[in-house]
Amino acid sequence: MTPKPQRQLTRTQRTTVVIGILCFVLILVVSQLWLLTATMNAYLGGDDDVVWPALAASVGCLLLNLGLLRYLYKR
Amino acid sequence: MADDPRSRDPEDVTVAPDARPMAEQPLWRRDFAIDWPEDNYVARRDFAKFLVLTSGAFVAGQTWIAAKSLLRKHRPPPPRQKIGTLSALALSSATMFAYPTEQDPCLLIRTRDDKLLAYSQKCTHLSCAVVPVLDEGLIRCPCHDGVFDLATGRNLAGPPPRPLPVIELEVTGDDIFAIGVKERTV
Repeated sequence: MTPKPQRQLTRTQRTTVVIGILCFVLILVVSQLWLLTATMNAYLGGDDDVVWPALAASVGCLLLNLGLLRYLYKR
Repeated sequence: MADDPRSRDPEDVTVAPDARPMAEQPLWRRDFAIDWPEDNYVARRDFAKFLVLTSGAFVAGQTWIAAKSLLRKHRPPPPRQKIGTLSALALSSATMFAYPTEQDPCLLIRTRDDKLLAYSQKCTHLSCAVVPVLDEGLIRCPCHDGVFDLATGRNLAGPPPRPLPVIELEVTGDDIFAIGVKERTV
């Protein structure tokens, strides 16, 4: 089976894709900021239970962001 | 031919900001031709790269908190330490002590109805020293007008995000001992 050739997007289409990806990345980064402040508040209040799940969630957001950035550079 | 400008998508052809053809543009613009749409595209891609770097910085912050949390778990419990005597502390008065280390100032309060309370003196906003106002039943932070409840140590008003840590007390005869620190989020 021959691989399907990648469709060439016009510049306007590419810009739309980039803006969409930017929005996703921005939402993820804002979520990470909220996670960091909430975790810091919990840690300073003596609550250690949320620290590891919050770290896992933040790493997940970073991986997603890296994936989106990679897609952006391949386009 | 791929390089022939006529075969390119019209959207991909660079247009000057004033939309006039290149031949009518001033000499400096012809000499330093910029691909404006491509420039826009690259700027957005660079912004995405910056956001992903920020995302990495947040993960570094979370890792730092997790490491601090691990270290805290392995810290020995605070010692049992004598902090004063009942006879030296009159009703409706307050005094200071340091617990669990010399760098942790605390307040020992004896209320009008002979109840003993002890809190960390560091405001949970920016660690300013808080001041008890016994007549009003409040603890105030003079730096940014933070207000805590005297009876519970809960944050009532102003910027403090958490209640004051409670110092757990034990009274043996006339002696008052601090036996632990209870930090709270609500």
